[in-house]
Amino acid sequence: MSDEDKKRAAHRALVDRVLNGEGRASPELRARAFGNTDVPPALHALIGKVATSPAQVTDADFDAAKAAGFSEDQLFELVICAAVGQAARQYEAGLEALTAAVADEEDG
Amino acid sequence: MRLDILNRGYSPGTKLLFALIRVFSGQPVPDAAKLVFYRPGFYGSRAKKFTHEAMRGPSAWSVADRELMAAYVSKVNESAFCVGAHTATAGQAYQDGAKVQAVLADLESAPISSGLRATLRMLGKLTREGKVGAGDMREVLSAGVSRQQAEDALAVCAAFNTTDRLADAFGFELLSTEGFEAGAKYLLKRGYR
Repeated sequence: MSDEDKKRAAHRALVDRVLNGEGRASPELRARAFGNTDVPPALHALIGKVATSPAQVTDADFDAAKAAGFSEDQLFELVICAAVGQAARQYEAGLEALTAAVADEEDG
Repeated sequence: MRLDILNRGYSPGTKLLFALIRVFSGQPVPDAAKLVFYRPGFYGSRAKKFTHEAMRGPSAWSVADRELMAAYVSKVNESAFCVGAHTATAGQAYQDGAKVQAVLADLESAPISSGLRATLRMLGKLTREGKVGAGDMREVLSAGVSRQQAEDALAVCAAFNTTDRLADAFGFELLSTEGFEAGAKYLLKRGYR
């Protein structure tokens, strides 16, 4: 395995674990948090901010989720999924742009 | 931290380890360390492995350059804890804290190579906007950065776009200057494993 493959493989292992491994939140809900799509209303503010404006997260965002019945362990998992998901999309976007740039150079 | 489980939900063995760290370092255990010790099978173990590979694995970028990338991405994300931690680590790694401060203050005028500057510019755009185009990458490559180096930089960016979000969402407590410097020394000696 090349050095770069080791980095990508370690990243894929992280993504696979948080999405598909054992957890207190269902895999379906973890996938929604990962994608920042179709999360329940009580999680909108928290998960949306983790994905797009993490410095704006407040105690009230966690309180709203807890008031709707989510446990701390579930929120631990869902926040991690949202963070890993957003970063993974950016990683993929960067790698795709790099592949396109290298293809352009080879064509040129 | 905002979840009580991250402040108190550790096994007796882990609590003992935290106590030893406090005694030997003379500093509180950073929240970044606590996070990876909570249910490590869910996140911490694999996150540490990926981050270590990105930050300390083989690369044409130096450890100092990669710590600077971590600090720069964290600055764009406005993640105060990670800016403090990786500004200190990059400064120690370069043995030049002023260079790191100059990059964070104004990337375009900072005294660094054109390749590193172009790479940081691209990582900044990717972090801010969530995407970059082939044109952004061509600028990096034309500044003398290899494809492999660009890929390595993207791995650093992915690690810190994850960690920054968790630091801010969970509310990592800022450390004193001495605390960040002690953490930096540890990260340069032991890495992220």
